[in-house]
Amino acid sequence: MAITGEIFRQNLTEFLEESLSPSSELHVLAVDDSLVDRHVIERLLKVSSCKVTVVESGRRALQYLGLDGETGSLGLDVSEFWYLVCGVVLTLVSAKVNLIMTDYSMPGMTGYELLKKIKQESSMFREIPVVIMSSENVLTRIDRCLEEGAEEFLLKPVKLSDVRRLKDFIMKGKVKEVEKKSLKRSTIVCNILTHLTSMRSVTIIALTIILKEC
Amino acid sequence: MDRNQSRRQIAAMKQSLFDQGLLDEQFIQLEELQDDANPNFVEEIVTLHYRDSSRLISSIEQALKERNPLDFNKLDTLMHQFKGSSSSIGAKKVKAECNLFREYCRAGNAEGCMRSFQQLKKEYAALRKKLEAYFQLARQAGPQETACRSK
Repeated sequence: MAITGEIFRQNLTEFLEESLSPSSELHVLAVDDSLVDRHVIERLLKVSSCKVTVVESGRRALQYLGLDGETGSLGLDVSEFWYLVCGVVLTLVSAKVNLIMTDYSMPGMTGYELLKKIKQESSMFREIPVVIMSSENVLTRIDRCLEEGAEEFLLKPVKLSDVRRLKDFIMKGKVKEVEKKSLKRSTIVCNILTHLTSMRSVTIIALTIILKEC
Repeated sequence: MDRNQSRRQIAAMKQSLFDQGLLDEQFIQLEELQDDANPNFVEEIVTLHYRDSSRLISSIEQALKERNPLDFNKLDTLMHQFKGSSSSIGAKKVKAECNLFREYCRAGNAEGCMRSFQQLKKEYAALRKKLEAYFQLARQAGPQETACRSK
């Protein structure tokens, strides 16, 4: 079991290192509860040659990023476990979000709360720039968001020039950081997988013991 | 009607909407997102806005009926959404009416809210009628007439 785990881990690491290498397209995750605004921001981003994923709430955004806390629990059976690993891997590989743009006023979780949650995460996610969009020009609101680590605060309706400016800014940062991060990311993923792989061994052993006892 | 005549008529109609203060710069911004592959983007967005608006107007109407006392917070929240949607399509006058309504909400002025809402519905209906005529003409004239961006 341990040997299979090891081979799997090695193959996966290589696969991930390839996938996590720089791509020229920016992937933006846009969050807005307004149907009209979701369509507009999607179009703005596509016209600016960005890959776009649009969701309607903070919770969905966290789910998409794999941060909703529902993917970590003990006591899984073997098949569930591998679904989990694949899910985590796919999330890490396909999500790979370069920028999050979120509306401020949303029911349930506000953009500010989403921002806080992301900034509280492990380094990989915390470093994703978050931009807040709001139709209201409230200074205290702007200050609060910037203090919490928002990259920028955009007044709605968002314009093409806003998006273009953002994209330029992010692309510059992206080119500089990408080599540093790529190796760091695959190391983090390796560690997670090692941990999970050993967990699996423990689970298998535990199950075997339990079955023997029955 | 020949192509040039159509084009002039559409341009005149659009200009009139701006001159009357019904539309603002945001409408132009949306037009700039149109291209050969997406020639009807503005109309699509405006149609989505109508969907939002119908729902919100109903909800506000319902909330205004539940008096004794009026739930100003709820009304303000609903109107905030309506304002956002209107703002996103460049509906200048409707947006201004939304702001007025919200001021009455914050002041706890029920009569003001009712009056403002009646006015808002009128403005919304007027704009909708004009935009429908505009888009119909634009569609008849063909995509080249409204698309601004080259691919």
